[in-house]
Amino acid sequence: MIGAFRHAFVGTRAVFAREFRAYFATPVAYVFIVVFLAVSGLFTFYLGNLFDRGQADLRPFFSFHPWLYLVFIPAISMRLWAEERRSGTLELLMTLPVGLFGVVLGKFLAAWAFAGVALALTFPTWLTVAYLGDPDHGAILAGYLGSFLMAGNYLAVGACLSAATKNQVVAFIAAVAVGFVFTVAGAPLVLDALSAWAPRVLIDAVASFSFLVRFQAIAAGVLDARDVVFFVSFAAAWLFANAVLVEMKKSG
Amino acid sequence: MIEIEALVKRFNGFAAVDGVSLTVGQGAVLGFLGPNGAGKSTTMKMIAGFLAPTSGTARVCGIDVTADPLETKRRIGYLPEGAPAYPDMTAGDFLDFVADVRGLKGAERRKRLADAIERVEIGPVLEQSIETLSKGFKRRVGLAQAILHDPPVLILDEPTDGLDPNQKHHVRQLIRAMAPAKAIVISTHILEEVEAICTRAAIIARGRVVADGEPLAGGGWRIGTLRAEPGRLEGVFRALTAETQAA
Repeated sequence: MIGAFRHAFVGTRAVFAREFRAYFATPVAYVFIVVFLAVSGLFTFYLGNLFDRGQADLRPFFSFHPWLYLVFIPAISMRLWAEERRSGTLELLMTLPVGLFGVVLGKFLAAWAFAGVALALTFPTWLTVAYLGDPDHGAILAGYLGSFLMAGNYLAVGACLSAATKNQVVAFIAAVAVGFVFTVAGAPLVLDALSAWAPRVLIDAVASFSFLVRFQAIAAGVLDARDVVFFVSFAAAWLFANAVLVEMKKSG
Repeated sequence: MIEIEALVKRFNGFAAVDGVSLTVGQGAVLGFLGPNGAGKSTTMKMIAGFLAPTSGTARVCGIDVTADPLETKRRIGYLPEGAPAYPDMTAGDFLDFVADVRGLKGAERRKRLADAIERVEIGPVLEQSIETLSKGFKRRVGLAQAILHDPPVLILDEPTDGLDPNQKHHVRQLIRAMAPAKAIVISTHILEEVEAICTRAAIIARGRVVADGEPLAGGGWRIGTLRAEPGRLEGVFRALTAETQAA
């Protein structure tokens, strides 16, 4: 049983290495990173008024991350499976001695690492507040970790939906749409629509999925274990669905 | 080394492969012949472990492909139809990736890579990205990937499709040279190819083997109960497959 479990993850490292390099094989990675940094800066300094607030923290910076990821992460995840299925390389990949979960995990980790690179390159924002004031570095680090975790969740959703289609544009739009639902799950927009007819339990359950609500605390620098557990299990569930979809879609 | 018993694959009730049984031993080159949509590729995908059979079994080197897919995949070199490869990668990086996945290391890895590259003669294009390669080179990169780990079993789906006559000749030579140590299955539409390299043929139509064939001692082929003179396989092929298509 343990042997079979281990077998399922064969190939993770090789797939990770190939996928990660694949991002940098084309201009996509550089365009993505530059635009991501530009938009992130724009949000932080203009919309977030980082300077005018007169506080040395990165709350305005982090508070826009769910919205940034909502659009940017699907751009990373959309190609993961859709491209392989369209070009036929999925057949090649799945007939190499790799385990299904090894491929799913390798691809996910590569995309996540790439998102991590983009996130890490926002470090000048951190330097800015460190230079101007005396921020709580622990809180900022917690914010970065939480933001990275949340990026992984948008990615898991996007990877799963990429496996559902051969078309990258469809994968992108589906990921934005589903990502939006989970982002605003706790907002009145969603809860009002439910409150008319749904039982309290369901409303609470839906609200508990909200990335926005969960991330508010993280942006303030409070990385709660419950939020971490939520984000990890949420991603794991989507990746499991991803593997099931890949297996199902092979036969047609 | 390949044993298939009553293999069936249904897609939404439609039987793409409908009870195929075959065995291929070492030294044999089995040619899969049949009209488009007859079930050749689907059968190969099941042996290669991409598709799970609806029923029946396929064994490679005595191991059931559904019971231990990793072990059978290690023993198979598979060239999918159209020789798919990652277009953004260079041919060399692509082979490195396959060597990584196949767990090749050190001197053995260098030897296998050099050997595969030499056999299919892709040395000059290793630094080129695969999307810039001609069809012939792309197909050869696919072949290099399939033979990289020197597998006992080779499954090649239309290995010469789209190649020019010189390239076809070259690939056939390559297959012939590897044949004695391996069990090889190829699919093809080119009947002269069967005559040129195969030691056996199986004609598939509507998901079933309608006839098997082998070369005759005095030249020509026996296909089912019919006899084809050298270079005359086509007539027999059409007689067999037209019949089942009309049925």
